[in-house]
This record gives sequence, structure tokens and C-alpha cells, in this order.
Amino acid sequence: MIAAPFALRSFEYWLFQYKRTWRGTVTSSVLFPVLFLASMGVGLGTLVDSSTSRGVEGHSYLVFLAPGLLAATAMQTGVSESTYPVMGSIKWVKTYHAMLATPLGVLDVLVGHLLYIGARIAMGAVVFLVVMAAFGAVDSPLGLLAIPAALLTGLAFAAPTVAFAAWIENENSFAFLMRFIVMPLFLFGGVFYPVGQLPLVLEQLAYLTPLWHGVALSRDLSLGTASAAGTFLHVVYLLAWITAGFAVAARNYRRRLAV
Amino acid sequence: MKTATLVTRTTPLPLAGGRAWLLVERNVLVYRRIWLLIVSGFFEPVFYLLSLGVGIGALVGTVAGPDGQAIRYTAFVAPALLASSAMNGAVYDSTMNFFFKLKYAKTYDAMLSTPLGPADIAVGEIAWAQLRGTLYSIAFLIVMAVLGLISSWWALLALPATMLIGLAFASIGMAATSFMRSWQDFEFVQLAILPMFLFSTTFFPLSVYPRPLQIVVQLTPLFHGIELVRPLTTGAGVGFALLGHVLYFIGLAALGLSVAARRLERLLLK
Repeated sequence: MIAAPFALRSFEYWLFQYKRTWRGTVTSSVLFPVLFLASMGVGLGTLVDSSTSRGVEGHSYLVFLAPGLLAATAMQTGVSESTYPVMGSIKWVKTYHAMLATPLGVLDVLVGHLLYIGARIAMGAVVFLVVMAAFGAVDSPLGLLAIPAALLTGLAFAAPTVAFAAWIENENSFAFLMRFIVMPLFLFGGVFYPVGQLPLVLEQLAYLTPLWHGVALSRDLSLGTASAAGTFLHVVYLLAWITAGFAVAARNYRRRLAV
Repeated sequence: MKTATLVTRTTPLPLAGGRAWLLVERNVLVYRRIWLLIVSGFFEPVFYLLSLGVGIGALVGTVAGPDGQAIRYTAFVAPALLASSAMNGAVYDSTMNFFFKLKYAKTYDAMLSTPLGPADIAVGEIAWAQLRGTLYSIAFLIVMAVLGLISSWWALLALPATMLIGLAFASIGMAATSFMRSWQDFEFVQLAILPMFLFSTTFFPLSVYPRPLQIVVQLTPLFHGIELVRPLTTGAGVGFALLGHVLYFIGLAALGLSVAARRLERLLLK
């Protein structure tokens, strides 16, 4: 890695510390998908499928729900990896300061950390897709593309969250982020049922959120109903969030860290 | 004198050791600055209720209630969310927050250099968690009433029922926390809480499971909590059987409290 660009050095640091602590993440990244799919997909699915004659949008509830949960899990990983770890690196552990005392620049620190967050999201998505397949909840070979779709979704949340974490002073704000943004998106963002069932105002709001686009994208791929135009639109929208989030994050990192 | 101090010093509440109330007063003073954090905790079950009520309710329609009669899906889920949030709140407060104060902030070491004893600390922390949980339960019951999800005066008893559920989970949580070594051990808490939240007939009735799994579900504490609260708010299936669940939680609370008190004494005064 000697000749690698500096951002990769920062990425390498995060991977290295993950190699030491990955055991603690097994429960949340492997067991939680299994539990959620079993409870909501199979349990609640039994109830839904026996009440609706044609399933949800023509699919059994499990098959409908699973790709939505995949996107939502990516969002949750993206956000949680971008809150306390970022604030800790600035405020408590001062990992960033240590990195900046080497030839690494502020942008290297940011890019390296985002690369790592992306890697975590992708790992989670792979595990989730394997679990989904074991449940028989993937309808199309295109479902493999749900992994990059989940990665885009997770990063569309990670980049703005990193920007936020580098901007605020107090970690209590994270509780608000979880309770007033992440939790409502999880519940109202089209994961559990089509947003068309929501009141019109909430439905329109849902279309503005990156989660809905992530859910729609991975659902279309997993069900094999993706259209070129729709896929393009979702991808561009998610990329826009990533780009905007990155730009703000870069500005905030410079303000907070540059000496 | 500040209002919070005045209120806590003038409200008579008989608590063990007589000094536990000082700890509640301390928590009130601390949270006065971040009261929004407390208010925000109320929204999670409400969001669940609105989302699943509207969305899944439209897909499912009605479900068999406690007495076998069909009830609206929203009315089925609401009491379960009430019981679950009593559990979640109590466990969160008595594990994470408690552990932080015990190991890192050293709040209790500071308190023990005053006339407060370990029993005051255990009782005071649990009383505080109860106070907070009761406020959430009242607020959630009001939301249920406004949405027309309460169809019986028995629902008034749902409040003491959630307090009992909260007390049992808080004392068990505190007892468990006294055995924890590091933050990694909290994975076990998640491992106990999340499956209960997902599988204890919160979102779908017991009849969905095959018989052997039904027995497993019936063994979980949250199942008893939901079985206790659901008849009270729906008014269906209220009977003496509910007293069995009450006794179950009293037993659980007594067990948790006695273990917690003994362990704390050893942890703090060794």
C-alpha cells in the first residue's frame, strides 16, 4: 500500500480497527435481518397474505418486504457509522487529529472514512441478500444488483450524516436524528407497504426522501420489475444526495479540522 | 429555590432508605437542560402506531382480538406497542444509562460519599425510570383515546399495568447490568429485547405460529405484558386470568430488585 493515495491510508486504518472489533457487529448485521424477515416477512406476512387476495402489488408480503428492509438496513448502517465514530474522531478519540499530524490532508481523512462506511454498508447488504435468498425472498437474478443499490442508498445517508456530525457540537443531536428522521423514514418510507396508502401529503414527502428511491430501486431489481428509466432516475437522485452531502462534509471538515 | 427542587422536596413519596428521592431530584435537575430528549422518546411508539395502523391496517383489516372476536388491526397493535414501549424505556434506562453512570461517570461513587446507600441508588434510579415511563404511557393512552382505539373503561387500569411491566423490566435490567463487563455485553440486551418486540404477538396474533413455537412465545415476559394490556384497552376478554399476569410481573420485579440490591452493594462498597 506504500504508493497508494493518502485517502486509502485512512481507509486502511478503519479496516484495521474493524478487523479487531468485527465480532461485536455480527449480531446487528446478521441476526437482525433474520429476525426482521422472520417476524415481519413470515409472521405478519401470513396475516397479510390471508387477508389480501392478490398480495401486495401482486407479490407475497415476504417478497415485497424483503428488498425494502434491505434498503432500510443500508440506511441504518450508513447513519450509525457516520454519527458517533465521526464525532468521536473529532472530539473524543481525536483519530482525525492523529491522521492530520501525518502527510494526510483533510480530504484524505474524509474520503478514507467514507470509503470504510461504504464497505460496511456493502458487507451488510451482501449478508442481507444471502439471508433473503435463504428465505426464498428474491424473485429475479437481477436481485444481485440490489447490493450496489443498497450501497448507494446507505451512502446517500452517510454523506449528509457525516457532514452533520462534523458540524454539531453535542452528541444529543444524534438522538433527534434517529428519532425524527431515521425512524420515521423506516416506518413511512415505503418499506412496509406502498407509499400510495399514505395520506397524499405524506406520499409526496416520501418521494423526496432518498430512502424511498433506495427502496424502490432495490425492490424493482429484486422483483425483476425494474425499468431502465426508473432505475436511471433513482440512481441519479441517490447520487445527487451523495454528492451534495460530500460537498457539505468537505466544507465542514475543513472548518473543523484544518489548522 | 428552583421549581424542580421545590417540587421534589415537597412531594411526599415513601421510598426505601428515605433518601432515594434525592436521586430522582438529581435526575430531574440534570434532564431540565435536555428535556426535549425526554419528549422525543414519546414519538417512537406513536410513529409505529400511525405507520402500521394506516399501512398494515389497510392490508389486513381486522384480526382476532383477545376473546376471538374480530377487532381492527390498529386496536390490536396499539396496546402491544404500549406494553413494548414500557419494556423498551425501562430496559434502556436501567441498562445503558445505568452502566454509564456506574462505570464511567462514577455518579454513584460520588453519591456514596454522602449519606446515600446502595439501596437508595437502586430504588431512586428505578423510581426515576418509572416516572419517565409513566409519563410516556399516559401520553400514549391519550393518543389511543384520540384515535378511538380505546373501547372500555378498563383501559384506565392499563396505566398501572404498564407501570408494573416497567418496574419488572427495570429491575431485571438493573440486575443484569450489574453483571456486565463492557459495552460489548449490551449485545445480549439487544438479543433479548428485539426478538421479544418482534415475536411476542406485538404485530400478529399467536395463532400464526405452529403449536411448538406458540409455547416458546408464551414463555417470554413481553407476551405476558401484552396479554395483560390488550384486554384492558379493547375491553375484550377481561377476567381473573389477568391476575395471573400481574402476579408474574410482581414475581419478576421482586427477583430483579433483590438481585440488583445485593449486587450493587457488592459492586459499590467492596
